[in-house]
Amino acid sequence: MVVKLKGMEKLKNQTTSNFNINETDIYLRYTGRKKLVLVVLACLIILVAIVAVNAGSMNLNLYQVIQSILGNGSNVSDVVIWRIRLPRILAAIIAGAGLSVAGCVMQNNLRNPLASPSTLGISNAAAFGANLAIIVFGAGSISSTSTDAVTINNPYLVTVSAFICSMIATMVILLLARIRSFSPEAMVLSGVALSSLFSAGTILIQYFAQDFQIAAVVFWTFGDLGRIAWPEVSILTCLIGVAFIYFMSKRWDYNALDSGEETAKSLGVNVERVRQGGMFVSSLIAAVAVSFLGIIGFIGLVGPQIMRRIIGGDHRYLIPASALMGSLLLLISDTMARTMVSPVVLPVGAITSFFGAPLFLYLLVRGYQKK
Amino acid sequence: MILSVNELAFTYPSHSVLQKINFSICKGDFLAVLGVNGAGKSTLLKCINRVLKPCAGAVFIQNDEVGKLSQREIAKRIGYVAQRQESVCMTVYDAVLLGRKPYIQWEASKKDLEITHKALKMLELEEYSLRYLNELSGGEQQKVVIARALAQEPNLLLLDEPTSSLDLKNQLEVVKIIKRVVRNQQIGAVVSMHDLNLAIRFADKFLLLKNGEIFAAGGLEVMTPENIESVYSISVKVKEIDGIPVVVPV
Repeated sequence: MVVKLKGMEKLKNQTTSNFNINETDIYLRYTGRKKLVLVVLACLIILVAIVAVNAGSMNLNLYQVIQSILGNGSNVSDVVIWRIRLPRILAAIIAGAGLSVAGCVMQNNLRNPLASPSTLGISNAAAFGANLAIIVFGAGSISSTSTDAVTINNPYLVTVSAFICSMIATMVILLLARIRSFSPEAMVLSGVALSSLFSAGTILIQYFAQDFQIAAVVFWTFGDLGRIAWPEVSILTCLIGVAFIYFMSKRWDYNALDSGEETAKSLGVNVERVRQGGMFVSSLIAAVAVSFLGIIGFIGLVGPQIMRRIIGGDHRYLIPASALMGSLLLLISDTMARTMVSPVVLPVGAITSFFGAPLFLYLLVRGYQKK
Repeated sequence: MILSVNELAFTYPSHSVLQKINFSICKGDFLAVLGVNGAGKSTLLKCINRVLKPCAGAVFIQNDEVGKLSQREIAKRIGYVAQRQESVCMTVYDAVLLGRKPYIQWEASKKDLEITHKALKMLELEEYSLRYLNELSGGEQQKVVIARALAQEPNLLLLDEPTSSLDLKNQLEVVKIIKRVVRNQQIGAVVSMHDLNLAIRFADKFLLLKNGEIFAAGGLEVMTPENIESVYSISVKVKEIDGIPVVVPV
């Protein structure tokens, strides 16, 4: 099932051919290759970020971009680079990493390869919150700008409402799961139930809404990185940074959980506490990301799955690799969304799924053929 | 004395599984836990290292009460091999290194890698170290999980039916390895088994469970046709072939 790292066979053959090298040395060289994959991914992100900062409907050459970043740019290029492109690029890198790493931990904690930040109904809960804000509290209105037919006139109210609803969903699920010792089944099933409850709530609210309000809600639902400015980027960076350190501190526990609940317990892992913490932190990332950016699907599912097939299931490397792959996928998708039919910016959520799905299917088929 | 179990009991909400379990084992002892399906063998093993919490009684490991030790401390003293293994996408080396989990603070140290290497060598798994677990045969996978338990450097091994899914050759090989490790490392082993012939041939002590209670416990002398008949409800004869005791149903 795993697309092995190139050269692994060669390493293995050395076990028999070279008696001076023991298994530990071979293993260290093998993990060294995983580290190399991380470095390559990081370099790719930097490369795509450079392309992204130069791309857009306003034509700026590389010199103007560099001058702006160094603080010597013109007023126009400063606005484009500092207020539009850089926050957007950083948002893509950070949110992509957060969503993907949250998916990685959820797939482990729920023992389900289909788990992603939307599994526990967080996206639906956030969408319900946004509907509530726009339709019931009147945060959406019609505007006549050429690019957007509708605007959300009180984005903070929408964000706060979406966040509160997604955290309510998270807390209810975790409280319910607590009764059943945080079993994966209990969490997935209560997630499905709550998800459907929030969907029903959304439909009911929309039934009594006016056309422009529904248009505003639909507009909100399309994930869009353009909504984010420096304060939101800072919040996302702090949250996802802390979450990443937390996940890394639990990486051995996640590896043990992969070997089964009983084995993990026998290796000294407090299975319930690890699951409770993992699910809470990853749900928090999902809730904040969806509240700020709208629904961006597939990154949380496909990011960790791609890396699992390339570097295997060891969470010491899988967690950082998933984060990097999530950043790369969202950054590429957003750059495509901005440039494909410029000056129109396509919803990045659609692009991630549109290109992520075939890539994922390709890896899946290739993985099975290997087996 | 390595392990002492006093008045242990375990109850599910609907029914009682274990009652009044008392026994102890010393360094180098290989204890076979025998009984029909549902007699409480697996539950007993899980109660010893608190994968399940017993509802009464106490378990002592080297005179320390297991219930008062942290999970990490228990994991440093008791290695456990579950009945069923998950098919994991993990290399053999990583799987055995996981046995060092109770000792690892942030990253595996040089010592952890050395002990992993030693455990691989003990189970003759060196050449498989970079193979994925789910690409191995049942026998090889069983050896990997035993190596992982040994990497914990335990004083006691708990093995839940380690031979049940293996062919004849692998059954003998795995039990011989367990026996050798228990002798050489002077640790204890509590092994639940279905194969009476393997048990009677390799174990030093026997615990016959019937309906959640100890029916008989002791050395080879408890493995009488009468006791086996009472526990398994079938007639058997215990014979010797070339000096090896065998149990034959009649």
